[in-house]
Amino acid sequence: MTVMALSRSGGVHVALAALAALAGIVILPNAAPLYTLINVTLYMSMGVFALSLALLWGYGGILCFGQSAFFGLGAYAYAVAAINFGDTTLAAVFAIGVPALFAAGLGYFLFYGRLSDVYLGVITLTVTLIFFKLINSTGGDAWRIGAARLGGFNGIPTTPLLTIPFTRIPMSPAQMFIFAAISLFSTYALCKGLIVTRFGRAVIAVRENEMRAELLGYNARRLKLAVFVISAGIAGLAGLLFANSVFVSPTMFSLSMAAQVLIWVVVGGLGTLFGPVAACFALQIATAVLGKLGIVDPNIVLGLVLIIFVVFVPGGIQPAFAALLHRLMDIRADRPVAGEVAR
Amino acid sequence: MDYFLVVLFQIAGTVGNLALISVGLAVIFGMMRVINLAHGEFIMLGGFAAIFGVQAGINIWIAMLVVAPLSVAFLGIVVERLIMRRLYGRMVDTMLASWGLSLLLIGLATTFFGNRVVGIAAPVGSFQIGTYSLGAYDFVLTGIALAVFSSGYALLRFTPAGLIARATMQNREMASSLGIEPARVYAITFAIGAGLSGLAGGLLAPISGVLPTMGVAYVAKAFITVITGGASVITGTALSSVLLGSINTVSTFLTTPVIGDVALLLAATIFLRILPTGITGRIFKGAP
Repeated sequence: MTVMALSRSGGVHVALAALAALAGIVILPNAAPLYTLINVTLYMSMGVFALSLALLWGYGGILCFGQSAFFGLGAYAYAVAAINFGDTTLAAVFAIGVPALFAAGLGYFLFYGRLSDVYLGVITLTVTLIFFKLINSTGGDAWRIGAARLGGFNGIPTTPLLTIPFTRIPMSPAQMFIFAAISLFSTYALCKGLIVTRFGRAVIAVRENEMRAELLGYNARRLKLAVFVISAGIAGLAGLLFANSVFVSPTMFSLSMAAQVLIWVVVGGLGTLFGPVAACFALQIATAVLGKLGIVDPNIVLGLVLIIFVVFVPGGIQPAFAALLHRLMDIRADRPVAGEVAR
Repeated sequence: MDYFLVVLFQIAGTVGNLALISVGLAVIFGMMRVINLAHGEFIMLGGFAAIFGVQAGINIWIAMLVVAPLSVAFLGIVVERLIMRRLYGRMVDTMLASWGLSLLLIGLATTFFGNRVVGIAAPVGSFQIGTYSLGAYDFVLTGIALAVFSSGYALLRFTPAGLIARATMQNREMASSLGIEPARVYAITFAIGAGLSGLAGGLLAPISGVLPTMGVAYVAKAFITVITGGASVITGTALSSVLLGSINTVSTFLTTPVIGDVALLLAATIFLRILPTGITGRIFKGAP
């Protein structure tokens, strides 16, 4: 019983994740080759991105098709600010702040206009495509913000690397890896903590039944807006990490980026946090391997995975896996415990 | 005066273009509440079908107007049988599954047809207005769009099949209790929608060329046109094509094509904020 109870409370998950992050931080930078280290850093940035949508869609019930808008916006805000200020610590704040602010404006428009699921999806998708088109057309010297050239189709290849705060020393790949691991873990812990607060429970209540939540006195529109802003900030952080492991380019706004993150959440399990991150890692590794082998086009695999999961495993892997685990445990315990039944 | 005429013709061309790329999506969304994100890939495959038809020696008009829609309609039947059938009523899931289908089709097309643009020559030349030269093909497109929309309107409004389709669209349970089989109506609708997307692809092949990833450029535009149009499949899509097409062309003339596209998207966004149920959600309510 204790095992069951513990496995249901969030604390253990967070502790386990902390352990995993710690193990990764200690082992990988020393053991793995540089190439792997950089790749895993990239995957972790995507993991943060997956978490942003897992929170928004899975717990807020808001299906945002254009999550990549915030992802790209964060990266561009970081690159532009870092080039202009020469200091990356402040720029990192911009990377989170600018998408969050933008989301506040856009969200006001969406939620206070009472736009629902499909329309919300379309408009967020549109916003991403607007960015994609605009940024792609910013080639040439005329398009610059301060000292930063936006670079159009090519992006900003000279994106400055994060420096260690208060110094001018750029982070080494190992330090970058540690920073990404800490970011991923903190985001996970933040989301996990957020959903058990009063605010988080109210957000979930709105997801379950918006009208009922409103009749109980919750301001559904404000709650949705708040979770939208938080999620955009997280996506901005993901963009910052991505910008530091690759560089800033318009593809961050592209439709395929927006699709990928949805796929991770669907495959991982809607309404879970660990699942999307795991799916993100697994699918990215699969794509990389397939791309290297060159046997099949990665799009074929991603497309098939998405179709198969939507049709046959609609809950995603984490719930399917958890159900399996619980069934195994039930066989061992072989009868329900009184406390469990009472709950 | 000449310039004004040229702008007017351009607007007609853009509107026709927009209407053609949207109508397939509109039929599927309006009738079945299924958001088909593989719409762009249906267009792409229609384009490939037309090009392969021409390469195989078929007359270009037959390739564009017959081969392209029929082959994509056939694909539509397969997709409906294998995937969509299991997901009716789950709007988000149909959207995700069709996105998966879209990726799959892009991947398959890249593998088998190669990642390069292929094209065919436009079957008609150009003509002169004063000092300006315009492609006559735009007129063909607009004319075909007009034909598709008016026959679609007539079909839905005046024939028994249209009555059944509209009844199923309005109230599935009621229609089914009156002896109509919704599953069959849906299967036919999906095939027709896919066929119309294929037709659009075939017709676009001479002007834009065909590329496995070309669908991405169309799906968002089509999607927005349909949603802006609102509940009525034919009337709504026609009206929003006129509205958005005009905005697009005028802002393209005033600035650049990129700003023109952005203006289209922005206009649609603002429009949806004012009329959340689209044009025909408020005006022309109940028209097919």
